[in-house]
Amino acid sequence: MSLLGHLSLWLAFLVGLWGAITGFVGGAQHRPDLQQSARNATFALFGALLVAVISLEIAIFRHDFSLQYVAGRTSRNLPTFYLWSALYSGQEGSLLFWAAVLSLFGALTQLFTSRRHRAYLPYVAAITSLVATFFVSVMLFAPANPFQRAAFTPLDGSGMNPQLQNPGMVFHPPMLYLGYISITIPFAFAMAALLTKKLDADWLVAVRKWTIVSWLFLSIGLLIGMWWAYVELGWGGYWAWDPVENAALLPWLVMTAFLHSVMVQEKRGMLKKWNLALVLGAWLLSIFGTFLTRSGVIASVHSFTQSPVGYFFLAFLVVAAIACAIVYIKRLPLLEAESTLESVVSREASFLFNNLLLIGLAFSVLWGTLYPIISEWVQGVKVTYGPPTFNFVNIPLGLVLLLLTGIGPLIAWRRASTTNLRRQFAVPVTVGVFMLLILLVAGMRELGALLAFSIGAFVFGTVFQEFARGARARHRQYGESTGFAVLQLLSRNRRRYGGYIVHIAIVLLFVGFAGMAFKTETEATLRPGESAELRGSDGHLYTFTHLGISQYNALNRQVTAALLDVRRDGKDIGRLRTEKRQHVDALGNPTFEPSTEVGIMSGLRVDLYVVLAGLVNGTEQAVFRFTINPLVWWVWFGGFVLVIGGLIVLWPGGVVVAVKGSKASPAQAGYAVKLEAER
Amino acid sequence: MSEQLSRRRFFALAAAAAGAVIQDTVQAGRVYDPQRAGRAQAPITSADNDARIQAIEKKLRCSCGCGLDIYTCRTTDFQCTYSPALHQDVLRLAGQGKTAQQILDEFVKQYGQVALMSPPREGFNLAGYFLPGVAIVVAAFFLLRTLRRWTREAEGAAPAPATLPPNATPEELERLRRELDRLPG
Repeated sequence: MSLLGHLSLWLAFLVGLWGAITGFVGGAQHRPDLQQSARNATFALFGALLVAVISLEIAIFRHDFSLQYVAGRTSRNLPTFYLWSALYSGQEGSLLFWAAVLSLFGALTQLFTSRRHRAYLPYVAAITSLVATFFVSVMLFAPANPFQRAAFTPLDGSGMNPQLQNPGMVFHPPMLYLGYISITIPFAFAMAALLTKKLDADWLVAVRKWTIVSWLFLSIGLLIGMWWAYVELGWGGYWAWDPVENAALLPWLVMTAFLHSVMVQEKRGMLKKWNLALVLGAWLLSIFGTFLTRSGVIASVHSFTQSPVGYFFLAFLVVAAIACAIVYIKRLPLLEAESTLESVVSREASFLFNNLLLIGLAFSVLWGTLYPIISEWVQGVKVTYGPPTFNFVNIPLGLVLLLLTGIGPLIAWRRASTTNLRRQFAVPVTVGVFMLLILLVAGMRELGALLAFSIGAFVFGTVFQEFARGARARHRQYGESTGFAVLQLLSRNRRRYGGYIVHIAIVLLFVGFAGMAFKTETEATLRPGESAELRGSDGHLYTFTHLGISQYNALNRQVTAALLDVRRDGKDIGRLRTEKRQHVDALGNPTFEPSTEVGIMSGLRVDLYVVLAGLVNGTEQAVFRFTINPLVWWVWFGGFVLVIGGLIVLWPGGVVVAVKGSKASPAQAGYAVKLEAER
Repeated sequence: MSEQLSRRRFFALAAAAAGAVIQDTVQAGRVYDPQRAGRAQAPITSADNDARIQAIEKKLRCSCGCGLDIYTCRTTDFQCTYSPALHQDVLRLAGQGKTAQQILDEFVKQYGQVALMSPPREGFNLAGYFLPGVAIVVAAFFLLRTLRRWTREAEGAAPAPATLPPNATPEELERLRRELDRLPG
């Protein structure tokens, strides 16, 4: 199997190169035979990489420890669930997974792209093949071949890192990879548009859905990663501004900017240069993120993927950035706007400020991530740019961005009149101010949280107002009930109202983030029967009573579990269990350092978060850390709403939006307006 | 009935057995295999929970390479041997009557600025804190200027607006507004 996998990689390398060459030459020389060959190459590339993936999975499931990768990532007693995820739990396997999924996306693009965008496809085939080939070449020529044989075959593998043995880690990496990988498709279309000089808005239509797909996968990947960090790492939070987390956030911010500014190009034929730059930038940032993740150039908790292959990515990034810059600059004269801005107080202008903040935030995150290196270069001093600094710099920016989330939809396209502004802002501003007053009266004095809740209420007010007005109009016109009218709004204009649901999700996420300002924690040493008390920010007194320690063996681990009785204001609310796990191989030998499993009791107001630090002198007297985390549930719920909103936006159908400059809608800049008789 | 009885007996026996095991463990006070539970922990003292000590430790980075502050590392990674030692250093310095700033300075003297979770707000480090914000403000200023220039140019280039009297009644205008409200975007 390993030989077949190895051969498949070589085949993929050659086919990918062929696809890249024929795609570029066929596109440039308008040769249908080469174009067809490039298209076929994308399918062959996917086939070859699929064989490689299947070969590796078979080796993993057969416990073929003659392969270094299998021996280093799995063991005979690893649960089956994690045997699947072993494919991408290490450097080599994740590169193979990446290349295979990219080749799948490349093939799907060739199959399902609308006929009117066919002109771009040879270049799209060339670019997707080239990027996939780069990943294959890293496997073949850097020390990253998943089919590399071990010097000897051990009786058992060394197992999977215990922190990766969590359901979150089964889904977090592939989701994040899917987000990262699918950015290549909008990038390929943007490059194809530049190379073919077909820069009317057609390419936008082709890439918009793919960008939403990438954005959605990246969002899910980030959210599951946050959840995994919260339930598995045990430090009580979900975002630590780790360089690898930041690397995933960068393209997400840039794509979010694009998804807003693309509307300006669609409606007004403006911002063409900017939108192209955003798509190219998002892809380059995804490669930059991969370099950061895998080079180890900056210290990160994601150390299990660090290796010299990062420098292959750096070289690729530099070459790709130069190529993008050359093509982009050469085509700038073709990217002039079709109309001009009529007023600074307009939706277009507000989107530009929204873009400025999103890109500014991306710059800020990048700046903070690289600052330790920059400081060492400039002042010769190594410094730490930790979470307190990131929070100091980025929380104000995030709050302004949240404010713009509410302001944007309230301002009319082209030009907003004073009357219009007053009518639009009255209710949301009232809601925001009312919330601020309530919180002040309630005694809240934490500035960041006050602003987050008040601005959140304002944004919620804007979305509520939009839904209410839309539903009222439908009720008047068609006599629909409110609930049905809201469903109709969502169904008929998925992009607009799905986008509003995403805005609600952002509010929920900010509410959850703000809750962390009220976190309380304590440590305690308890004998069985003893209790520790901690007052939460919700005003309740929580009592944790240590019931005892039990030890037992599970499939691939030896467990030491502590059970605690939990009471709120003296009333029993359940039991919490927290563990220490010593993972072992099939022979019972310890494979990793003991790890901690957090005990969490999650609620709408607070999460009770208990960690077993260890035992005192081998007795049942145990050391615990108790944390009360307010409003964390709302982060996960906000994430769920965000995904629902994204899916609504993505779902096919609804009202077809005409794009300015698109051949599909000649001379149609906005929407056909038809007054219908009121019932 | 007999099935119920046997089930009841089974649970009674199981409970008795479990109770005996728990009783034995509690009486013995020791767990079966302490090694499984990781590194042995010292009992928590009031100093460990001292808010002032925690605040200082949250400003200092653990040197084990985890990237976390000393407090978070010592209360998260219980296998780390650095953070408990650094915690003891903080307690020792606090015990000597040093202020929070003096303790931070001691750490910087010993480990360099990298020991701080945030670089000192002085010299080039000011760029670390304020460059993104300043860059956004400057960019916003230029963006506003550019937008104003664009709108002036648009106004200059546009034909004079027709001064036709509105031929719609207020009711019709309101209907139009409502219809426009229904439209996407």
